[in-house]
Amino acid sequence: MTNANRTVQFKIYRYDPDQDAKPYMQDISVELESTDRKLLDAMVKLKAQDDSISFRRSCREGVCGSDAMNINGKNGLACLTAMESFPEGKPIVLRPLPGLPVIRDLIVDMTQFFKQYNSIKPYLINNDPPPERERLQSPEDREELNGLYECILCACCTTSCPSFWWNPDKFVGPAGLLAAYRFIADTRDQATAERLDDLEDPYRLFRCHTIMNCVDVCPKGLNPTKAIGKIKEMMVRRAV
Amino acid sequence: MNRLVVGAHYGLKDWLAQRITGVIMAVYTLLMFAAVLGGAAASREAWQAFMGNGFIRFISFLFIVSLCYHAWVGVRDIWMDYMNSAAVRVTLHVLTLLALVGYAGWAVQIIWRL
Repeated sequence: MTNANRTVQFKIYRYDPDQDAKPYMQDISVELESTDRKLLDAMVKLKAQDDSISFRRSCREGVCGSDAMNINGKNGLACLTAMESFPEGKPIVLRPLPGLPVIRDLIVDMTQFFKQYNSIKPYLINNDPPPERERLQSPEDREELNGLYECILCACCTTSCPSFWWNPDKFVGPAGLLAAYRFIADTRDQATAERLDDLEDPYRLFRCHTIMNCVDVCPKGLNPTKAIGKIKEMMVRRAV
Repeated sequence: MNRLVVGAHYGLKDWLAQRITGVIMAVYTLLMFAAVLGGAAASREAWQAFMGNGFIRFISFLFIVSLCYHAWVGVRDIWMDYMNSAAVRVTLHVLTLLALVGYAGWAVQIIWRL
């Protein structure tokens, strides 16, 4: 790739409910320097050019999960998406995460997403008196939490899931179910049976039809489908 | 009474049954393909003798039951996704069940007549 300054075309979803009757796509281009390596860098340049463009961003390194959006039709984090990955000469199409209400431009209302996340009780439940230092796990038991605890709750997976689009109020969604398995798998947690009971529901868990959109988009490379499979496997083991 | 209700505490059995019935149907389909390729449908008499065989009747019955159960779970899921009114949903569930039971009875009658 060349490092010279270049102009990049964007098509951005714009909607300001105070001014616009309905959303529209804005064509805008921006000149980038060789140091603008990620999509977020380009968007910061865009914002300097037209400060009415609204989007969330914070850590700019894939840890906070704020800048999740729909990039050329696929959910992802702007800060982790390399400008090099886009085909040259075609405008980059940015839309808000699908399936959630738009507050403004690329900012969506995440209430429903976090409601589902909270519904799985995303904290350790252990009624034993806390030990003086910490609750220990064997390295093997700790190993089980790898690929689960890394979730940053950016909502890329859940908002790419048609089951969540259809039943956002009832289906927990991939992010919530990944977190659910994170606590079901934790040997320090004592509420395993209650957690499984809570998820045994045609909507909460079994709306997942294993299409793996979640795995396809996860910017952290996690596998919610596998976690969901393990929850189902535990339910089978408990039932037979 | 518009409070959201979830937590029906079922789903595992249906999910598991859909997998098992799926496997049964896949195996049956492969067997049928193999039989047809092997000449089981070469003439009307050959086909009738093949389908009249006790074992084939047995697995055909299993196939029909599997198909109906599998379809029940799948079609019910579609009603649950697209029909928001509980009254409409219950009606459609009942109609689906009645249709599937009727089809199963009819298919069994055809097979056992052979």
